[in-house]
Amino acid sequence: MPLDLIRRLTLPFRNPVETSRYPESAPLIQFATRGMPEIDPALCQNDGACVTACPTGAIKWTAGRVESIDAGKCIFCAACVAACPHDAMSMTPLVELAARTRDGLVRPTEGPALSPSAGVESLLTDQSAAEHVRIRVESKLGRSLHVRHLDAGSCNGCDWEIAALLNPYHDVQRLGIDFVASPRHADLLLVTGVMTPNLAEAARRTYEAMPEPRLVVAVGACAIDGGVFAGAPGSGNGVGGAFPVDVFVAGCPPRPEAIIEGMLMALEKRG
Amino acid sequence: MSEPSAITSRAVRDLLAAALGRAVEAPGPGPVAAAVRDGEVAATVTREELAAAVGAVLDTGARHVMLVAFGKAAGGATGEAAGPATAPDATGAAGDLAIEEVLAVPAGPLVRLRVQIPLDDPTYPSLTQLVEAAVWDEREVHDLHGIVPAGHPNLRPLLIHNPPPPAAAFKPFVAHGDGVYQLPVGPIHAGVIEPGHFRFSAVGESVLYLDARLGYTHRGIERFVEGRTFADALPIVERSCGVCSVTHATVYSRAVERLTGTAIPPRARLARVLLAEMERLYNHVGDLGNMCAGVGFNFGTSRLAWHKEQLLRLNEALTGHRYLTGVVAPGGLRLDLDEHGLVGLGAAVTEIEREVRSVVRLLVRSDRFMNRLHGTGVLTRAEALRLGAVGVAARASGIADDLRRDRPADGYADIEVAQVGAAAGDVAARFHVRAQEASASAALIAELAANLPAGVARVSLGGNPAAGTVALAGAEGPRGASWLWLMAGAGGRIERLHLRSASFANWPVVASVVPGNIVPDFPIINKSFELCYACTDR
Repeated sequence: MPLDLIRRLTLPFRNPVETSRYPESAPLIQFATRGMPEIDPALCQNDGACVTACPTGAIKWTAGRVESIDAGKCIFCAACVAACPHDAMSMTPLVELAARTRDGLVRPTEGPALSPSAGVESLLTDQSAAEHVRIRVESKLGRSLHVRHLDAGSCNGCDWEIAALLNPYHDVQRLGIDFVASPRHADLLLVTGVMTPNLAEAARRTYEAMPEPRLVVAVGACAIDGGVFAGAPGSGNGVGGAFPVDVFVAGCPPRPEAIIEGMLMALEKRG
Repeated sequence: MSEPSAITSRAVRDLLAAALGRAVEAPGPGPVAAAVRDGEVAATVTREELAAAVGAVLDTGARHVMLVAFGKAAGGATGEAAGPATAPDATGAAGDLAIEEVLAVPAGPLVRLRVQIPLDDPTYPSLTQLVEAAVWDEREVHDLHGIVPAGHPNLRPLLIHNPPPPAAAFKPFVAHGDGVYQLPVGPIHAGVIEPGHFRFSAVGESVLYLDARLGYTHRGIERFVEGRTFADALPIVERSCGVCSVTHATVYSRAVERLTGTAIPPRARLARVLLAEMERLYNHVGDLGNMCAGVGFNFGTSRLAWHKEQLLRLNEALTGHRYLTGVVAPGGLRLDLDEHGLVGLGAAVTEIEREVRSVVRLLVRSDRFMNRLHGTGVLTRAEALRLGAVGVAARASGIADDLRRDRPADGYADIEVAQVGAAAGDVAARFHVRAQEASASAALIAELAANLPAGVARVSLGGNPAAGTVALAGAEGPRGASWLWLMAGAGGRIERLHLRSASFANWPVVASVVPGNIVPDFPIINKSFELCYACTDR
């Protein structure tokens, strides 16, 4: 017992602070991380192999060439990378994929190279991000942002990433964000899942129970468009049909950092 | 009761023949000269013979695996979203609708009993009185195919919440009496968890009865994959549940490999074991933390959530995905494990396991914590057998079931899996079993990471199976045994797929364990089973 206790008590001195500094620091990714897929225009022969391989139709093919990749539909499976005979396709480590509009998730294959989303970039170049967030949160919603999670028929993946926001690493409470038990206490609704018919009524009542102004963030491919379940008998193909969505966070599931980015973006939108 | 000795497929076939008083015939096409093949016994029985046949198999100590319905109406579809009112219409060819009851004989074969159901009279005698573990299976068959299990005690909607009339609407079962009140919880819960509705009938703090209503996240996955190629269905089946994705991808892949006669390369065999154990480890560590949350012990919740985060990072380093999705595939692995992720994996997992063990040691020494666990949510061995509990829930109630040892597939045939168990059947027993399994998984991962054979990770699939061929596959996931039943259609496509996840098996068990406990203990009882809603609802 004493040995264990001593180990425990001295832990803080032996270990550095583990908590993330996101959004001031970059998201923690690994060498193998599968982020947003990207096409190298110099290598691409426009033979459409990636379009055929994509299981969710995220790669748009117009007039014999790849026009765009839709992050909102992408499930980051890397099937396109394996399918491309010219090695033109690669998975980038870009995981911060949130947008204020549905179209904002569609990335043209020409034009500027992929860059970190404008939302967070503006925070970074502006002033200390945490300070910025604090000012935003205070100006709009008093002293904090209260979030209610709503599972509208997900696979539980997005929900576990949302739960991970509360672990000691992501720890969103450091940003003044907290999860509440009742929609009546919530400023923002984090919705996951395809919106099944069995949940439509409960979801509607959850939304209506929130005080205005209501913010809604659709988390993950299913909540955006139905993801791999788009067109399934019990799929409402996303939450957009049920209530207005302020921010879309792409991913399958989105990383915790991406969900934080999405919540901050929702605040910006109302600001 | 002593452990049953090994029983051969032929012996089971002879038992069936004796019970039915006739020779046993195998259903379906394929090279099925006899009714016995690859550790499976398949037989066609009539509706009238079903109970006798199931009874004969149960006498060997067999357990219910699943009940699956299949078949086509004139419209060419199984009756997804069709209650009894819109049951497959009667113009289809007679005999197109069928059910199959699957049982597993311990140390013996899997037994598949197929019953043709006439479209003009879609009923059969309910099995629930005989095999109580089939209670939810029969509700699902009724929901999705309009087949009526006659004599079923609880034929309320399970997956289709708003069936078209004249199907009866769902009504919760509640207790009545002086001082009895109802406590409705969900489907939207206070925490970040999945949707389900729980109706407690309670007197004071004591629960008299619990009625669990699930199916809220029913997406219709099984219907959705029908007609797809084996490759196209993978990302959908895999996402039946995002946190047992390795298990589901593995059962699906094994079924496809059986159908196509594919043998996967040695690297994939052991890599699948490595991935399955990584999945078990992060789930178990996370759940130990959630059990602390269930009693409000924040120290444990926070520490274990941190260790789980570390494990998710290792997952990502290994596969590019924090929940290991998109790796296991028919024929081996879609994406080979990342070299960078394998370097140092064993050492990292060993270190995390050491930390987890130290937290668990502190928890076990906390009387206030353990007092909430001991004697709470007791699942007796008899009850676990009766209701067909699987996984940690069964092993903590004195049942030594573990598909990794009982029916080893892939690399599990080449390695030794430590047997972990407890007898008490309470929350504390499940806590201990989970903690010990986490340690055993970590040891396995360390060993496998160092000794993973080189070579290719995927082979192409063998020839397409004849339409109507069926393959069954099981895998022991973090929540217990998940089974998948797959019938091939023409041209390497799926005719019918049924996934019976471990959570589906254990949910009725949770509901039956709670009465007799106090309402505030429900969260920790629920966490001690750690079930998914998504793969129950599909």
